[in-house]
Amino acid sequence: MPSLKDLRNRIASVKATQKITKAMQMVAAAKLRRAQEAAEAARPYAERMEQVLANLAAAFEGRDDAPKLMAGTGNDQVHLLVLATAERGLCGGFNTNIAKLAREKARSLIAQGKTVKIICVGKKGYDAIKRDLGSHVIKTVDLRNVKNVGFANAHEIGTDILSMYAAGEFDVCTLFYSKFRSVIAQEPTAQQLIPAHFEAAEGASDQGGAAAVYEYEPDETEILEDLLPRNISVQIFRGLLENAASEQGARMSAMDNATRNAGEMIEKLTISYNRQRQAQITTELIEIISGAEAL
Amino acid sequence: MAELFQFELVSPERQLLSEQVLEVIVPGTEGEFGVLKDHSPFMSTIQAGILRVRREQGAAADEYFVRGGFADVATGGLTVLAEQAVPVADLKVEHLDEQIKNAEEDVADAKDTETLRKAQDTLARLIDIRESMKKI
Repeated sequence: MPSLKDLRNRIASVKATQKITKAMQMVAAAKLRRAQEAAEAARPYAERMEQVLANLAAAFEGRDDAPKLMAGTGNDQVHLLVLATAERGLCGGFNTNIAKLAREKARSLIAQGKTVKIICVGKKGYDAIKRDLGSHVIKTVDLRNVKNVGFANAHEIGTDILSMYAAGEFDVCTLFYSKFRSVIAQEPTAQQLIPAHFEAAEGASDQGGAAAVYEYEPDETEILEDLLPRNISVQIFRGLLENAASEQGARMSAMDNATRNAGEMIEKLTISYNRQRQAQITTELIEIISGAEAL
Repeated sequence: MAELFQFELVSPERQLLSEQVLEVIVPGTEGEFGVLKDHSPFMSTIQAGILRVRREQGAAADEYFVRGGFADVATGGLTVLAEQAVPVADLKVEHLDEQIKNAEEDVADAKDTETLRKAQDTLARLIDIRESMKKI
């Protein structure tokens, strides 16, 4: 049975924890708004890019001279997994979920006899997989000191991946990140970057007439070759932004839970503290009374 | 009176402009080109340079420094997707210097003649822009 003093100490400590989680929740809420705005601001670019590429790519469908980034190397022996996670923890299942998805994919690829290489963006992803897949990690990218993810960060990663691809170090590249659905729902997602895969543009066939009279300068092949590498960086950038928003969303709901739990804990502790105090008073009274009666 | 058309300038980080304009001059890879209303559908990659936007007849043009990306002229209007887009007024010489340094590294790193030519091209244009900014 904890003494009164112990209980008092525990109540004080839980209260302090609650203050911290509450502060973290509010910080996450403020950051979430910013991250969400950034993700929304980036959307038009990525969408237009996709549209244009889908249009261009349709023209190359099934042709042999399609750029390597689109057609692939013709192999799928070596897989590169890019694992984008947060730099910090305390955000619920956010990091774990992305890592889990990536781990499953890696395991099934290894079981099929493929070679797996992993690039970790963000420290927490590396922490999560280093025990069983550590030997596959070829590179980690540290964004610890980056306050707001900029396009330059994504571009750096993209350039790295492209030069590895050009050197023939892998055949298929997949990006793992968490899509931001809402504050309480984030969806770990795997997206294939190379070979580039486009949703056949909806209504592309209707616009076929309009697309046909498009003039290109320089010609289509060159534009496509210029755009595909850019698209890699853009997709990574989008993934990172979605990730940033998801991270804050996950942290916000995790901290909200923690604050509530701390509140419940305080209530319970206070009740047992009061009970014990009363029990003590009663015992003291009985002692005094029985002492007086004995005289 | 010339008519207006819809123009959008988008960078990966945000949408800089989305409004009705009179004329836009875009630094295309194969030369600058102007776009007016009802331009035929056209697509071009762009290179580092100054993009000029004129909102009405006789008004001074707004200038933006753009780099890397493409311009898409469709029936609905013009969309420029630039990897980098900064209003010239906000452009700092130091910022350009940094880019020039990067471009120099690109030139040094270039493996084949094609990338070398492109990198040198970009470098030369960046230096041009910096020179013209110093004069202002």
